[in-house]
Amino acid sequence: MDFGGINPAVLIASLMVASVPIMLAAIGELVVEKAGVLNLGIEGMMIMGAVCGFIAAVETGSPVMGFVGGAIGAAGLALIFALLTQVLLANQVATGLALTLFGLGLSSLLGQGYVGIKPPPTGVVPFGPLRDIPGVGRVLFSHDPMVYLSIAVVAAVWLVLKYSRTGLILRAVGESAEAAHALGYKVTRIRIAAILFGGAMAGLGGAYVSLVRVPQWTDGITAGAGWIALAIVVFASWKPWRILIGAYLFGGITVLQLNLQAAGARIPVEYLSMSPYLITILVLVLISSGKGRAAATAPAALGQNFHAAR
Amino acid sequence: MLRLEKRPSPSRFWQTATPVLAVALTIVAGGVMFAMLGKDPVAAIRTIFWDPLFSPQFAAYSRPQLLVKAGPLILIAIGLSLGFRAGIWNIGAEGQYIIGAICGAAVGLAFYPANLWFIFPLMVLAGALGGWAWAMIPAILKTRFNTSEILVSLLLVYVAQALLASMALGRLRNPEGGGFPGSRNLSNWDASANLELIPGTGMHWGVVAAFVAVIAAYVLLQRHILGFQIKLAGQAPRAARFAGVHPSRLVVLCMGLSGGLAGLAGLFEVAGPAGQISIDFGSGYGFTAIIVAFLGRLNPIGILLAGLLMALTYIGGELAQFMLGLPSAAIQAFQGMLLFFLLAVDLLSNYRIRLIRREVA
Repeated sequence: MDFGGINPAVLIASLMVASVPIMLAAIGELVVEKAGVLNLGIEGMMIMGAVCGFIAAVETGSPVMGFVGGAIGAAGLALIFALLTQVLLANQVATGLALTLFGLGLSSLLGQGYVGIKPPPTGVVPFGPLRDIPGVGRVLFSHDPMVYLSIAVVAAVWLVLKYSRTGLILRAVGESAEAAHALGYKVTRIRIAAILFGGAMAGLGGAYVSLVRVPQWTDGITAGAGWIALAIVVFASWKPWRILIGAYLFGGITVLQLNLQAAGARIPVEYLSMSPYLITILVLVLISSGKGRAAATAPAALGQNFHAAR
Repeated sequence: MLRLEKRPSPSRFWQTATPVLAVALTIVAGGVMFAMLGKDPVAAIRTIFWDPLFSPQFAAYSRPQLLVKAGPLILIAIGLSLGFRAGIWNIGAEGQYIIGAICGAAVGLAFYPANLWFIFPLMVLAGALGGWAWAMIPAILKTRFNTSEILVSLLLVYVAQALLASMALGRLRNPEGGGFPGSRNLSNWDASANLELIPGTGMHWGVVAAFVAVIAAYVLLQRHILGFQIKLAGQAPRAARFAGVHPSRLVVLCMGLSGGLAGLAGLFEVAGPAGQISIDFGSGYGFTAIIVAFLGRLNPIGILLAGLLMALTYIGGELAQFMLGLPSAAIQAFQGMLLFFLLAVDLLSNYRIRLIRREVA
C-alpha cells in the first residue's frame, strides 16, 4: 500500500519517532505550568540536554548514560531558573528567555569538540516475532525504548495529576499559591521540584534529538522544538493526554514535510521547512479563539511569582 | 535567618546600581568560565573590555565598530522596551529585523542600476514597513484571537529565517554572482549605500536613527500621555482599563513600533555593514537586544549605555577569538550570564533583605 512513494506504516512509525522530543519537553512543561510557573526556557534546556547527552554518550559509549546525562544537564540549567524565579523572585518571562539565550551559547561552547562524531547507537526494544506482523509490527514494535518511555511518562503524569494526592497539591499550588501556602504546603519547594522535573524531561527530549533523531551534534540542533513544545501545552489545554495528540500531530507534519522534500515535491525546500512553525501558529489561533478558550483552562496562578509575606 | 520584605516602591538607588553590580558579577563569573576554558581570565577580560577601546594596536579599527554594532542593538531594544513596559512581549525582533532587511533590499534592487536620489529613502520606508507588517501578525492574532504574542512572534523568527534562505537562493540572488547565494551588494551601489557619515566614527544612518529613537522614546515616556498609558498598563492593568486605556490598541501600537524599529535596523544593516542579503544575515541582534533592553532597565538612556556595552562585548569577543582563541560561543554564554545576574540582583531594588532571629513557634 503506497501513496506517492510514501508507505503509511513507515510514515506512522517515523512520526512516532519524530514526536518524542516535543512530547517529552511538552509533558515536562505541562507539569511546570500546572504548578503555576511559566518556563519559557525549554529551548535552552532542550539544547543543553542535547549537548550533555551527546557528550555523556560519546564519553561512556552508552546511550543510557547519554540520556541520564542529558536529563541532568538540562535539570542543572532548570535549577538556575528555579533559583532566580522562586528564591530571587525574578520575572519568569525574562528569566525563561535568558535561559534560552544562555543555553544556546553554553551548548555550542560545550559541544565544540564533538562536531562530526557519531554517537553510540540506541538499539530497538527486542520484541522478537511481534516485529514481523505486517503493518502493526512496524508501527508498534519496532522502536527504541525512548518512544515507549515518552508515552509512559505522559500516562504517568496523567495518573499522578488526576488521581494522586501529590497531583492535587501540585494543582493547588498552580491555581492559588496563597491558599496552598495557608494550608501549609511548601509552595516554593513544590514549584522548584516541578521545574526540575520539567528540565529533566526537556533534557531527555533534547538528548533524543542528538542521539537518535539526527544523530550527531551541531549548533542549534533543536531548531525551535522547545517553542513548539510550549505551543503544544497551550494546544493541549493543560491536559496530559492531549499532549500525546498534539505531539503526534506535529511529528506527523514534520515527517510529511521531510518526506515531501525527499520525494522532490515542487514546493521549494525553504517553504516546506517553515510549515511546522506556520501550522503551529495556525493551531494556536484555532485553540485560543474557540468556544472553550484555552485561557480559561490555564492554571490560575500561571506566571505569577509567590512571595510568602507571613 | 534572612527574610525578604517587599518595598512599597522600587528603590531608586538600587535601580541604577543593579546593572553595574550585574556587570561586575558577570565579569567575575565570566573570568571563572574563561579560566575553565584554559585561558588567562585577566587577559580575556582585558581583551574584551579594554583593548577594543584603548589598545593602540586595535583601537583604530575597533572604535568605529562600537557604533556600528550598537546602532541596531539600541534601535531594536528601544522598540522592545516600550512593549516590555506595557507587558507586551515581542520576542521575535530577530524575525522583524530579517523581514525589514528583505523588504528594503527588494525595493532597492527593483530599481537597480538606476542612480536616483529617492531610492535610499524608499528603502528605509520599505524596511520599516516590512518589520511593522511582520510584527502585526502576532499583534492582530493577539487582539483578535487572544493568541500568545510570545509564541507567535518567536515562531515567526523561524519562518523569517526560512524566507531569508529562500530569498538569498532565489528571488534576490545576484544574477551576476556566478550562482553563489546572496544578493547584489547594496553598499557598493551609490543609490542604496548606507555609508559612514563621518569617516572614522562608524556613524551611519542607522546610528543616527538609534539616537533619534532614544530621544523620542525618552520624550514619549516622560512627557506624552501615551508613554504614561504604556507605563500604567504594565504596572496596573486593571487601573489602566478604568483610566480608559485600550489594551488592544496598546498591543497594536507597541508591537508595531518595535517591529518597525527592528525592520529599520535590518535595512540599515543590509545596506551598510552587511552589504547584502545572505543566508546568514540574521546574526542574533534581535535576541541580544532583549538583553540590552533589560540591562538598560527599559529606560531609553539606560538602553543607550547598555547597547554600547553590549556592542563592546561583541567586538571584544571577536578580538578575544582572534587573539586568545576564545570560542565565539563563549561570548554568547557570557551575554546570557549577564542577563541572569541582572535578573538576580534586581531583587535588591524590589525587596529589602532583613536579618531576623528565628521566632519561637
